[in-house]
Order: sequence, then structure tokens, then C-alpha cells
Amino acid sequence: MSTARMRDLRTFSGFGLLSVGCAVFLYAPIVFLTLYSFNDGRSVSQWTGFSFRWYQTVFANQNIQTAAVNSLLIAVTAATIATVLALGAAIATVNRRSKSGGEGAYVVLTFPLMVPEIVTAVASLVFFVAVGISLGFVTILLAHIVFCIPFAYLPIKARLEGMDETLPSAAADLYASPAKAFVRITLPLLVPGLLSGWLLAFIISLDDFIITALVAGPGATTLPLHIYGMLRLGMTPEVNAISTLMLAASTALVLLSGLLGQAGRKH
Amino acid sequence: MSARPLALSSRIPPGLARAGLLWPSLAIILLFMVAPIGIMFTYSFLTAAPYGGVEWTFSGAAYTEILFERDFLDDSLAFTPDYLIIVARSVFQAAIATVLCLLISVPTAYYIATRSDRAKNIWLFLITIPYWVNLLIRTIALLFVLRGDGPVNSALIDLGLISQPLPLSYNGFAISLGLIYSFLPFMVLPLYSAFERFDFRLLDAAYDLYASRRVAFFRIVLPVMRPGLIAGSLLVFIPSIGSYLAPDILGGGKTLMIGNLIGTQFQAARNWPFGAALSMILLTITLIVLLWLARRAARQQQLN
Repeated sequence: MSTARMRDLRTFSGFGLLSVGCAVFLYAPIVFLTLYSFNDGRSVSQWTGFSFRWYQTVFANQNIQTAAVNSLLIAVTAATIATVLALGAAIATVNRRSKSGGEGAYVVLTFPLMVPEIVTAVASLVFFVAVGISLGFVTILLAHIVFCIPFAYLPIKARLEGMDETLPSAAADLYASPAKAFVRITLPLLVPGLLSGWLLAFIISLDDFIITALVAGPGATTLPLHIYGMLRLGMTPEVNAISTLMLAASTALVLLSGLLGQAGRKH
Repeated sequence: MSARPLALSSRIPPGLARAGLLWPSLAIILLFMVAPIGIMFTYSFLTAAPYGGVEWTFSGAAYTEILFERDFLDDSLAFTPDYLIIVARSVFQAAIATVLCLLISVPTAYYIATRSDRAKNIWLFLITIPYWVNLLIRTIALLFVLRGDGPVNSALIDLGLISQPLPLSYNGFAISLGLIYSFLPFMVLPLYSAFERFDFRLLDAAYDLYASRRVAFFRIVLPVMRPGLIAGSLLVFIPSIGSYLAPDILGGGKTLMIGNLIGTQFQAARNWPFGAALSMILLTITLIVLLWLARRAARQQQLN
């Protein structure tokens, strides 16, 4: 049988077209949104010429700057704390001799992934009010750390499970103390898992809307909250511009994590 | 030789070290996630305070309120389908989104798996990026193209296909489309990874044994994709049923789903026990679906 005929038998008609349609469906709205962020006019329907003026408006806006700084601060802090906690949890749950208890820990660690976001959101609000922590920056941070833990935990756990278990043993045979073996052998091997866990947690924190919206209280705001507020006043070119900036940031982060993943695989 | 378990220090007993490593994260999740849900469960059986919060008197009112309305004058209960409709709509919308995502994703995952390595990577990247792009922004982008004077309607009018803009936004259709748009990558990726290592010689063998294309697809390809099918359905159904942004932004706040109804009880409506009861119902539906699919997946594994 010729290769061409074999290829032909493996393709089902229409599948290619549907896949292209799928990609167009996923990207067309994003492309249009981006395109109109460069529109000169106030209108979001009529193209009147190319300009950066809406980006200038966005960058000049004090509230957007504050919201962006808040978002970044929360995402960096939550991702870092979650990664450190998840590293400990991953070391404790992987590599155990006795399998007992591991399942329970796994269920708790991935529990935030199973609860619908809106339920987490209102439950966190009710909890913070009940124990008397005033809503604001701190409550946002606490809520973010919780849902970031599983996202940081899973890549670190996967990396640890894929690791050659004999390496720390070899270090121990060469009289390295357990602490030294951990810092010199295990930790460097874990770096790709730690980085991708941190990045995932960071993106998830930056992405969150509903949980943040409910636990933010009147004072604190993040970028998604601010954009949502802007949208309440209607679709404006500023919304397009700030959205495009966030799109660019997420895409850059995904590219970065992809590159890190590839670099990790080469070693 | 068996590998030694990881230990951080020779001075601390390994059991204690392990507990010290594990418990901080467990404690945080138990305190800030599990305990709050416990509080919610309790609150769902209490009485609503007039300005938000609860009064500590036991009441099943929050649960009966979902089906019945208490008459102001004679205190009798009358059946009202309003909230039931919202719950049913949430299940229906999530089911539609799951089925349509499946119908789009199965051929797409198959198509990606048959590409060359280079093309495969590009396709996977194309599907992965939306997965990580801010959901609020993506929902706004969809609203942007669906609006009355948005690009889709303008293009259709310019082509002379329609004279009046189609009502594409602020309705149930927009919500369905929004859910599919939001969670489609969650379906394609697990299907692809289930199918990734498929041995295409199996298809050749089927054809050699005179299987038709249809039989080859349904008897060979689909069963191989099955674990991904289960995982993908879960990843689309669960966020869809509790979705807040799609109904809020694309439904225009008029066509509510259970997520919005819950949110409102803690914002404007201020009926915490009712919101807590709705949350418990949503959580129960979610956990039932999770358990059902997990058991199916486990049985599948046993069969293999």
C-alpha cells in the first residue's frame, strides 16, 4: 500500500475543516478585540484610523495603575507562598514507602479544583466575615493562596515522580547529609517543576475574577475587577486596550512556560 | 536495592519531617476552604438577617424557598418554578456546552494527532494559549463580536444576508456560545492526550478486515479516546454549571444561572441562608457528577 493511500485512510473527511473552524472560533474574537483597541475613534464599531491613543489613556489612568500593581503583588506573593507550600506537600506525598494516608492528602490538596468557583467565593466571604477578618488586600491574598496550591502542587508532584530516585541515594552513599543531598541534587532537578508550578499559580491568580470580587471588600481592587467595572459603563476602546495588554501578558507567560518546559525536557 | 525515602535532615525523625512538610498546605486548605464550606452548610439551615448575615435560629426555609413562595397574607406556601428553572437552565446549559464541545473536540483531537510533529506542536500551542488567557477578557472579546453592531452582525449586513442585526448577545444562545468558547480547550487537550499514542496500524487492520470508515471510527478511535472523553466532560461540565461570567456578561444579567443567583444572595439580595442552600445544591450536583465519572473511569481501568 502506498504511503499516500495509507494517509488517506487515516484521515476522515471534514475533520481538518472542523479543526480549522475550531481555531478560528477560539481566535477570531480575540483578534477583533485587539484590532479595535488601535481604533482612533471613540466608536467600537466603526474603524476610523490607526492610533495608540487608548493605550495612552490606559497608561495615564491612576486607578488602572493601582489595580495592576495590586494584581501583580497578589499574584507574585500568592504564587510564591503556594509554591513553597506545594513543594513541601509534594516531597511528603511522593516517595513515601507506606502508601497509607497519601490518598487523603491528595484529595485535600486538589479539593480546591473540585469546588465550583462561585461556591469557593461565597464560602470564603462568609468565613472571613464570621471570623472577623476585614475584607481587603489580606483576604484576597489568603483566598488566592488556597486555590493556587493545587496548581503549584500538581506539576511539582509530576516532576518529583518522574525523577530518578536513586540519585539522592547515590548522594547519601557518597556521605552527603540529607540536607545537602536535597539542596544539591533534588532541588536543582525539581527546578522545571517548580517554575511551571509557580507560573501556573501566577496565571491563575492573575486570571481570577469571581473569588476576588466577593472577598475584595470596598477598598481593594485588582485588574480584572477594574476591567469588569469599566465594562459596566459600556464597551469602550479603553476596555479593548487594557484587555489587549492583559492578552499580551498571558500569551507571553504561556510562551515562556512552554519554552521552560522544552528546556526542561532537553536535560 | 530500594531507594531511600527523601529526608531533609538526619536529626529529625522522617515521620515528623514529613508531617512538617505536608501539614502547612493541608492546614491552609482545611482552614480556608473546607471549614468555610462547613460554615456555609450550617448557614443554609439558619434564618436570614435583614441586612445580610444570619440569625441563629434553625430553619429549613432556605431549601423550601427554592420550590415554594410564602404568601405574605396567609403564610401559605405556593409552588414557584422560578428558581427551579434557573437550576434546570444551569444543568441544561452545562450539558449542551459539554456535548457540543465533545462534537467539536473529537474530530479536532483526531486531526491534531494525525499531523506531523512540527504541525502537532503548533496546533497544541494554538489550543493551549486560550486555556491560559484571562477568562474575563475572553468573555469580553466574545461579547465584542456578538454585539448588535459588532463585527459578525456588520459583516452579515454588509453581505446583504440580513437587514436587521441578529440578536446574538444578551440571551441564552450567547451564554451557550460563551460556555463553549470558555471551556473548549479543556475538552480538546485531554482527548488529544488520550489519543496521542494511538497505534494507527489498528485502523489499517480494521480496514483490512473490511470495516467501513464509520465502524472503524466508532469501534477503534472512540474507545481509545474514552479516558480523555471522561476527563474532558468533567472539565467542561463542572465550570460550566457554576459559571458566573458567561451568563453575567453575555446573558446581560437577565438570563440567570445558578452561579449568578448565588452571587446575588451575597451582594444585592442579601439572603445568606438562601445563597448557602443554593451553594450546597450546586456543590452536591458537582460532587455527584465527579463521583459518577470517577467510578466509570475506575471500572474502565479494571476492564482494561
